[in-house]
Amino acid sequence: MKYVDEFRDHDKAKVLIREIAAVAAGIEIAAERPIQVMEVCGGHTHTIFRYGLAELLPKTIEFVHGPGCPVCVLPMGRIDDCVAIAERPEVILATFGDALRVPGSKKSLLQASADGADIRTVYSPMDALALARANPDRQVVFFGLGFETTMPSTALTVLAAEAEGIDNFTVFCNHITIIPTMKAILESPDLQIDGFIGPGHVSIIIGTDPYGFIAEQYKRPLVVSGFEPLDVLQALWMVLLQIRDGRAEIENQYGRLVGHAGNKVALSAIERVYQPRDFFEWRGLGSIDQSGVRFREAYARFDAERRYTVPAVSIADPAACQCGEVLKGLLKPRQCRIFGTACTPETPIGALMVSSEGACAAYYRYARKAEPS
Amino acid sequence: MCLGIPGQIVAIEDAERNLAIVEISGVRRPVSIVCIVDEDHPVESCVGDWVLVHVGFALNRIDPEEAAETLRILAELGEIQAELDAMQPGQA
Repeated sequence: MKYVDEFRDHDKAKVLIREIAAVAAGIEIAAERPIQVMEVCGGHTHTIFRYGLAELLPKTIEFVHGPGCPVCVLPMGRIDDCVAIAERPEVILATFGDALRVPGSKKSLLQASADGADIRTVYSPMDALALARANPDRQVVFFGLGFETTMPSTALTVLAAEAEGIDNFTVFCNHITIIPTMKAILESPDLQIDGFIGPGHVSIIIGTDPYGFIAEQYKRPLVVSGFEPLDVLQALWMVLLQIRDGRAEIENQYGRLVGHAGNKVALSAIERVYQPRDFFEWRGLGSIDQSGVRFREAYARFDAERRYTVPAVSIADPAACQCGEVLKGLLKPRQCRIFGTACTPETPIGALMVSSEGACAAYYRYARKAEPS
Repeated sequence: MCLGIPGQIVAIEDAERNLAIVEISGVRRPVSIVCIVDEDHPVESCVGDWVLVHVGFALNRIDPEEAAETLRILAELGEIQAELDAMQPGQA
């Protein structure tokens, strides 16, 4: 496939891995502890596990899998609220397939569907709007989630609903934003990250400019990366070069899609439709100020939270679950006490086991057999 | 969910609503191109463009020159390593 196969070339990967080893050998701190590079985005986590990239690298380099899987960080209380909406008889709940298995405190959406709720899997929010158009006597609620990559698609769908005068379409909005999340990571006292591989698709929307503070204030390098194995390896190499040379800059490996200023149409749709929430609760990470968005007053009629009173109860993660520690990079997935035993992709307890972009599910699927237990 | 996939715009379905038909690995589906249309890129001019598609929206055009540049850097690294290898004493 064009723009995919070229970035999976085996020989080029070998070359990069040698380069990476050579650069890592010149980094002093590696004598004392592993160099830790966080891939913020779950898509990169998936690439790293799918292609076994971590095993190809010198032992002095460690990937820390960041919180950038929006399905994985949804807290149980939000799933409970979504189930409560889905179980209303007039509602068709439209959702991305990834969200179906995320455990709530009582049930997942998949279980709610088995119990009779009308839940449809859609590929695009525009498909959810089409459901509303086709079912004028029902209320279609779209389960909106994701970082800035997905935020504009929901916003543009709401704008399309407004333009068409469709009044049986609302969104249960769980969108979250990357910059406050990165700030929270950088402020975390128990975190030791030497550099970042920055999200690729989020950056198509927001551009590379908003990351400037990471280099300026926190003196950490960040390289925005594409999602093919060569992209991730090249971005890692660029991060390591910065660490070796004592630089902290924002660089862009994904120039074929990412610019410094982002996408104007998408950003203006985001600005028009959403406003920041004071705080948003994350699974495993607790509450992060200004990290979530809700609809502005002008779009209140498209807001499922305003149309349906949801319980909005905050529910603690299961006691056995260690997703929080894994999300912060303190534990590897297999070090969690229930990894692969009580918690598997078929019956996930923690959210990281749910989506293919979650560190635990990716690890379970691709890396578990490769390592001695 | 957050994955994007490259596809090529093969037709315009509804110019007013910025809907195009994009072919992705042999599969054709309607995709909104509202994010990549502007004064310099009117709807009709988009046919033939390679775009990154995410949940039914084209997020951006794929810049062929930038893609080539990334690959050029990688190829160069390979050549440098081959050169260095050639300088090493040969092994039988």
